[in-house]
Amino acid sequence: MLAYIARRLGYILIMLVLVSFVSFLIIELPPGDYLTQKLQELQARGDRSAEMRIAEYRARYGLDKPLLERYWIWSTHFIKGDFGDSFEFERPVTEIIGQRAGMSAILAISTITLTWLLAIPIGVYSATHQYSIGDQITTIVTFIGLGMPGFLLALIVLFFAMTVLGQEVGGLFSREFQDAPWSFAKVVDLLKHLWIPAFIGAVTGTASLIRIMRGNLLDTLGQPFVEAARARGLKERTVIWKHAVRVAINPLIVILGSEALPQIIAGNALVATVLNLPTLGPVYVRALQVQDMYLAGTVLVFIVGMTMIGNLLADLTLAALDPRIRLE
Amino acid sequence: MSEPLIEVKDLKVQFNVRDGIIHAVDGATFTINRGQTLGIIGESGCGKSVTAKAILRMVPRPGKVTGGEILYHRRIKSNGSEITDIVNITELDPDGEEIRKIRGGEIGMIFQEPMSSLTPVYTAGSHIGEAVGLHRLVPIRKVGAQMVETIQAHRRISKQEAREIAIDMLRRVGIPKPEQRVDAYPHQLSGGQRQRVMIAIALSCEPKMLIADEPTTALDVSIEAQILDIMRELQETVDMAIMFITHNLGVVAEMAEEICVMYMGKIVERASAVEIFYEPQHPYTRALLKSIPHVGKKSRERLASIKGMVPDPFNLPSGCVFHPRCPEYMPGKCDRIVPSWTQVGENHWARCLLYEGV
Repeated sequence: MLAYIARRLGYILIMLVLVSFVSFLIIELPPGDYLTQKLQELQARGDRSAEMRIAEYRARYGLDKPLLERYWIWSTHFIKGDFGDSFEFERPVTEIIGQRAGMSAILAISTITLTWLLAIPIGVYSATHQYSIGDQITTIVTFIGLGMPGFLLALIVLFFAMTVLGQEVGGLFSREFQDAPWSFAKVVDLLKHLWIPAFIGAVTGTASLIRIMRGNLLDTLGQPFVEAARARGLKERTVIWKHAVRVAINPLIVILGSEALPQIIAGNALVATVLNLPTLGPVYVRALQVQDMYLAGTVLVFIVGMTMIGNLLADLTLAALDPRIRLE
Repeated sequence: MSEPLIEVKDLKVQFNVRDGIIHAVDGATFTINRGQTLGIIGESGCGKSVTAKAILRMVPRPGKVTGGEILYHRRIKSNGSEITDIVNITELDPDGEEIRKIRGGEIGMIFQEPMSSLTPVYTAGSHIGEAVGLHRLVPIRKVGAQMVETIQAHRRISKQEAREIAIDMLRRVGIPKPEQRVDAYPHQLSGGQRQRVMIAIALSCEPKMLIADEPTTALDVSIEAQILDIMRELQETVDMAIMFITHNLGVVAEMAEEICVMYMGKIVERASAVEIFYEPQHPYTRALLKSIPHVGKKSRERLASIKGMVPDPFNLPSGCVFHPRCPEYMPGKCDRIVPSWTQVGENHWARCLLYEGV
């Protein structure tokens, strides 16, 4: 078991090295870099010392060095916890991530919790009442949820909240709490804002999860062991939850592990952009657009790391839940 | 001795599906006596399993019991003497408390698919413990109770007791090292062992009847013999009736005292096992028996088979449903008149116009 975990962690490390290198390359691929854009911008404004300032930046960030050397410098610093500086923010990447990661995590965790609390019971209901009116309605709603992109839903909610409710939407805090120290009132304010992105995330996430849960459970309900459990005189509710759902839910653990953890880092970037949330997602998208490469690279490495740790956790959980699965 | 346990009277089960109505069971009538083994034979899809499931009110959707009654003669102790209470199972709520007490507790069932009849994430012991915890109660002895009429106080069984029962049951169904196997998961057991565990689960609650729905169909022949032996041995020790459903005539000959032959949802013949095999009356039964290969009887002839195909359940033949395939078909009669349940000998009934003198 321990040996297995150690081996998996080793793989994760190797993968991280490869991914960080490849992502470094890809971010580098488009012609020019962040500073060439910056130079054009400054020159357009008529800044005569632009060339000189850019050259200075270039030397400071080591952008004049060849690619491999730059990667080497960045990755060796990375291990020590120094992720380099963001060009655009002109601040260390550590600081930017540190500021926003907490909010990203809070939003992601509440979205995931809401998604699962909704999806599992609805999926179970839908499967146990197959083709009933409730199931048909669920099916229609989930297809809408599947088809509607999150950012569109965000726009609709934004519009609705502003025109009908007259509520200030966007962001995670009201203006007065923006920079206030943490207090009970600030937490309440956060919750007031949090439900909108959490709801939007849950609607899109729930739809697919309901379909998967419904399908899995329908397969399981047809299995002889469900009928055998019923024939032992168990209550229908026990038959469904203790026997059928318990077996049908296992594949969903994998989804939770491999999708939920990376979502904590930079999930729902589009929705977060529309709603102007202080999370990592919008920053990451922006960094990719302007080739703010140390910031983009760092977030990417974290996403990949979280995905792989999530997979490992999912595998371990699955092995603990299902005796047929053994770690070798 | 021949005291009835289950009386099925004119049972009808229908499936309303998109293409029409299937009469899965159409007027089945039979009685299972205490401690007796009744065999039910017939081709796949003839309604044997549905009949069994109707007894436990477990007919799968969209099936429905649409007629007849199933009377369960339940023995209860009252004031020291035993009285028999008759429960009409067809009138019970299919998800109610009453039927759930009967399911597993008073009538156990084992299935055709031992490979997948156990929930894969629970051990053999926890399956038995679940059933025992649900149905078996331990009387609480009150020391010094001076009442003439003892109040029957019961408590649920403890985890430790359930485990002991599980180990004991596994030993009785012939599982080696039951102290260890009690913690085995289904995938760690062979098909034969899983069916033994299923039998152990069913018998752990000391039911009055065991419904065995093709319990050995999925097992190979040597294991089949062992499972049948275990069922017979246990039946002798606990005085339990068995309703044995199979399409295997050899197996039913070994197990049953009385046999019902089913065809297209109808019981076409009912008699003692000996009479069914030596003096079959219904042409369908005769045809079935002819289709058994005989060991050691080398013949150049091909094995007899019943001519024609099983009819379309949505478009049943008129008159006797067997007439298009019957070797003794009487034109003008069999295709017009529905045969009724006729006594053809002592305790021997058949549904055939040959015996109705029409």
